[in-house]
Amino acid sequence: MSKVKVANQIKETANSVRNKIQRKSKPTLSFPLRSLSNVTYHPKKGFLELKGKKKIRTLTVATVKTFAQTLRMMSQAKTLVEDDEIMTKREAYYVSKNWDDARFDEQPESDTVIDDIEGLFEVNREQLGFIPEEKGGEIAGKLIVIDRDSDGGKPLRIDCTKFGSGAYSIPSSVEHLKFETKAKFVLAIETAGMFQRLVKHNYWRKANCILISMGGVPTRACRRFIRRIADELKLPVYAFVDCDPYGMFNIYRTLKVGSGNAAHINRYFCVPNARFLGVTPQDIVNYKLPTHPLKDVDIKRAKDALKNDPFVQHYKPWQDAIKQLLDMGVRAEQQAFAVHNLNYVIEHYLPEKLAARKTFLP
Amino acid sequence: MAKVTKTRAKSKKKAPKKAAKKTVKKKRCVSIKTKSKVIKAATNAHEEAPGKESPRHSTAEDMALQQREISVAEFFTKNRHLLGFDNPRKALLTTIKEGVDNSLDACEEAGILPDVKVFIAPGTEEDRFRVTIEDNGPGILKTQIPMIFAKLLYGSKFHRLKMSRGQQGIGISAAGMYGQLTTGKPISITSKTSQNKPAHHYELEIDTKKNEPRIILDETIDWPVSRGTKVEIELEAKFQKGRQSVQEYLEQTAIANPHVSLEFATPDGEKQVFKRASKQLPVHTREIKPHPYGVELGVLIKMLHDTQARTLQSFLHSDFSRISSRVARMICEQAKVSERSRPSRIARQEADNLYKAINQTKIMNPQTDCLSPIGEELILAGLKKQIEADLYTAVTRPPSVYRGNPFQIEAGLAYGGSLPVEGLARVLRYANRVPLLYQQSACAMTRSVLNTAWRNYALQQSAGALPSGPLIIMVHMASVWVPFTSESKEAVAHYPEIIKEVRLALQECGRRLSLFIRRRRKAAESERKKAYIEQYIPHIAIALREMLELNERQEHTMVRQLTDVLQRSRS
Ligand SMILES: Nc1ncnc2c1ncn2[C@@H]1O[C@H](COP(=O)(O)OP(=O)(O)OP(=O)(O)O)[C@@H](O)[C@H]1O
Ligand SMILES: [Mg+2]
Repeated sequence: MSKVKVANQIKETANSVRNKIQRKSKPTLSFPLRSLSNVTYHPKKGFLELKGKKKIRTLTVATVKTFAQTLRMMSQAKTLVEDDEIMTKREAYYVSKNWDDARFDEQPESDTVIDDIEGLFEVNREQLGFIPEEKGGEIAGKLIVIDRDSDGGKPLRIDCTKFGSGAYSIPSSVEHLKFETKAKFVLAIETAGMFQRLVKHNYWRKANCILISMGGVPTRACRRFIRRIADELKLPVYAFVDCDPYGMFNIYRTLKVGSGNAAHINRYFCVPNARFLGVTPQDIVNYKLPTHPLKDVDIKRAKDALKNDPFVQHYKPWQDAIKQLLDMGVRAEQQAFAVHNLNYVIEHYLPEKLAARKTFLP
Repeated sequence: MAKVTKTRAKSKKKAPKKAAKKTVKKKRCVSIKTKSKVIKAATNAHEEAPGKESPRHSTAEDMALQQREISVAEFFTKNRHLLGFDNPRKALLTTIKEGVDNSLDACEEAGILPDVKVFIAPGTEEDRFRVTIEDNGPGILKTQIPMIFAKLLYGSKFHRLKMSRGQQGIGISAAGMYGQLTTGKPISITSKTSQNKPAHHYELEIDTKKNEPRIILDETIDWPVSRGTKVEIELEAKFQKGRQSVQEYLEQTAIANPHVSLEFATPDGEKQVFKRASKQLPVHTREIKPHPYGVELGVLIKMLHDTQARTLQSFLHSDFSRISSRVARMICEQAKVSERSRPSRIARQEADNLYKAINQTKIMNPQTDCLSPIGEELILAGLKKQIEADLYTAVTRPPSVYRGNPFQIEAGLAYGGSLPVEGLARVLRYANRVPLLYQQSACAMTRSVLNTAWRNYALQQSAGALPSGPLIIMVHMASVWVPFTSESKEAVAHYPEIIKEVRLALQECGRRLSLFIRRRRKAAESERKKAYIEQYIPHIAIALREMLELNERQEHTMVRQLTDVLQRSRS
């Protein structure tokens, strides 16, 4: 959505609020309900899509504070868009300190309002000018990123093979980037530790791939970045995460089909062609991995996924995998391969798995 | 306590024989002994038995020597607590209370709006005070003065069933006697019955053995008032302020008696006036005959003996209230006693049958024009006069009956205002307009207050406790005979009828209170909400101005319209 369009939409919403007030009726704002219960999974479209349930916030005594805060934040967004400015969510929180009684006491409150506004206009918060604090992820391997010089706007070619033992950081906004590659696939890795090991041994050269460290649940920028190289360079994406419900659903599922919380932007911020390389419950058995017992939260998260997650409900193999994990009652980390040999993962596990890509979980 | 026992033990060693005898005498002869004393005496006697000089046991003859009548005056000398003279602080209050109660009774009976003055002056020694109670009442006939003030159980109110503050005929003479016992000073009375007559001044002592007055001084003096009575008593006492003080008694009297004007001077020379708030004297009440349901067998036998009536039927009809000739005949038939028999000839067995028959016959409730409640209007006036509160409410219940005695309950509440928010509610108890300051926990009225579920009325209350909050609860019982738990008239006995009536009155007051509290809470709540929305509405207008590029006037209009919209939605 273009900046002008966003600004106009904000203005339109403000106008409708004003009209209601002038007609002496209570103004309302309606937001899409942000939860897993309000999304469906379309295998064709490949992401979790909003079902359309709305939460209507009517201006009443009880809502007057949030209502005022939402409108003031909307006004802030409009200024950012019009001035082509950006503001971190933390900065937005501090700006609110000028609003007297309407200021936010804690940042999570202002974050929620920003998320609400983003849902209201069905845009990405970056399009509203609000950027997250968090880093987008790290890249190493056969990828050339074409960015712009922040001074003159001259094209800047970044070769991701040239970072030595370091890596290239995905910026918070990735729309303007262009890519070139000779790699054959993308390996998205959960932990920085595993990423380090693979970088140190130049695994990307050996396997001819792009390595991405997600550092837990992938940020929006990270998902968008992977999505763009997957789409534009037509590369398959394989996820390599811990074998536990968090790795499977919070990390992998969000990467592949998006989240329930920000469903209005899932369309752009997911990687529908991603596949699950491992670690699978069966890998624990096959590779005799050391394990930890499942914690209560793991069991709860697994059962929740079976019951409520539209993505899981669509794929029988995932349901089987969860049940297998619950039966085994254990979890294993991706760094557990070190038990055999520090480079076991490079020499045995990854090549063996990549040789049988058809067996990857969907 | 320990000290007392020690001295006693000492004196017993000196003359063990005499002490032991004295103890025994006390035990045998006085039937009204308190139990604890009897036990103590017995223990003492027992302890002494194995002593060195073991005392000779008494024979019936010895005892006969010691057996003689004790006068009421002697009895009360030893049992002053029964009359409310337990300690110097309480003695001061009781003395003033007896005097003021008498003054108010006399004024009202004579149809005079009472002006009463109470002065406490330092006495001739440090722990003594001289108390003066002066009224503008009808005065007392010269011949009556000695008996009234220096003979216990002499009065005009005991033998009748009529609502008044005094009822026993002990009050003022007991106060005089206490003064005499503690200071040796006689009681001084000045009284004048009309403008044209001289005032009589008496100084009296009570002969405690004979319960007879001893006249120390009898003179006529000039007293520049039109009429009235002045009583002066010097007594051993302690003057204190605060709870259960003279001050509190007067203040509470002012609440329940808004027609009274009270003047008060403390020993430190402080003066206080409780002004009259109403010129309406309490309605004059009729004296009634006893209702048959309230009469005990012994009293019935005595009445049969004393009556002027010739036949049983006319006795029943004329000496009781609510017995028509027809009902009298029914009672006689039921008791199987001839209606024409002579009352004085009725035998014990027949009296018993008669007593049972009375209680089996349906008899109308006693008439109630003998009661003069304060009335809701005057309770409110009294409360408003003395207490600064936000809500006042009062309820006067219809008359009811306990044991054949008509009575009527009233309750009043004062809430909020200057009353302390923290702590428990205060209970003001009254019997025939007299404040009851002692024995709160022993009183039927208190029981009812505690048993009322104040939580239903928007107050807090822990189990078995008074409700808490800025609240004063007033309860008044008006009756021709208030059933006190003791002669010191401090607590009302637990008759279920009384407890129930108090409860009903309190519940009605409670309902009104809860309405008030809820309304007030709602108002406070909506005030709070109003302030809350006014905090945020300007921000909505600012945001809209920024986004829609409005001018300041449009922004102000928006604030007005928004306030309107939200205010309307509140209700
Ligand atoms: N100030 C007074 N003016 C007129 N009459 C009085 C006054 N004080 C007392 N009397 C008369 O003296 C009588 C005796 O008073 P006293 O206080 O001893 O007994 P009581 O008031 O009848 O009963 P109680 O013992 O309950 O007080 C009263 O009944 C009343 O007739
Ligand atoms: Mg009296």
